[in-house]
Amino acid sequence: MTETLTIIPISSYLAFCSALFAIGVVGVLIKRNALVILMSIELMINSVNLLLAAFATYMNDPAGQVFVFFIMVVAAAEVAIGLAIIVLIFRTTHSIDIDVLNKLKW
Amino acid sequence: MFTRYLFYFLCILALYSAVMVLLSRKPIHSVLYLTLAFFAIAGHYVLLNAQFLAVVHVIVYAGAIMVLFLFTVMLLNLNREERSQKAGWIKAAAMVTGGLLMLVLTGVFRGYDIAVVKNPVLTQIGLVKDLGKILFSDYLVPFELTSVLFLTAMVGAVLLGKKEQI
Repeated sequence: MTETLTIIPISSYLAFCSALFAIGVVGVLIKRNALVILMSIELMINSVNLLLAAFATYMNDPAGQVFVFFIMVVAAAEVAIGLAIIVLIFRTTHSIDIDVLNKLKW
Repeated sequence: MFTRYLFYFLCILALYSAVMVLLSRKPIHSVLYLTLAFFAIAGHYVLLNAQFLAVVHVIVYAGAIMVLFLFTVMLLNLNREERSQKAGWIKAAAMVTGGLLMLVLTGVFRGYDIAVVKNPVLTQIGLVKDLGKILFSDYLVPFELTSVLFLTAMVGAVLLGKKEQI
């Protein structure tokens, strides 16, 4: 069983996670819906998380995987608060278009 | 060889659904594509033999966070098909920025490799038994602090969601 499984080089993971992170950055830049921007941020968090887990596994260090677990916990709390804020914004302004929500910009 | 094919399949699935998150016009389609991307990433965790992380990822992301997103989209009736993207030149600039970021990251990491690579199948560090021992011995204090963080987040979300003024 173990002989048939080949090891994927870490550079493949680096390329894949870089692509996923870049897609997340593009999503934050081009979207106007605050909800989709939050989703793009989740995508970026996940790409970095996966890369951390890959390095932890390849270096045989369990501490890295523990930190991935903690990052997931913090991301869950962040999403809960972020969505609550989005609901609150929608209730007061009836829009979650970020081009409308520019009161704090200037 | 099988692992390699599986890796490429999961990569393509994740990248495709990530791109479709951006291309979808309706927010609910974005949410569903994002769920697909999260399942592909969970498959990557399984491929790394990080079984605990794979299960936690499915439970937390696909189970909790995506349900929260779906609730928000449906509760606020946000699923209107409107012009959800910015002007053309901003989009073009964003594409160039993302492409350059991708180029820089791949350029920086090109040819990088770890000196001694452990086979993920042989390391066994991602199993629940080994990870649990470390989590409850070396990282007990941070683990307990996360419960305080969750309590704070819960109180904050409830307070923000309240209708009447405090």
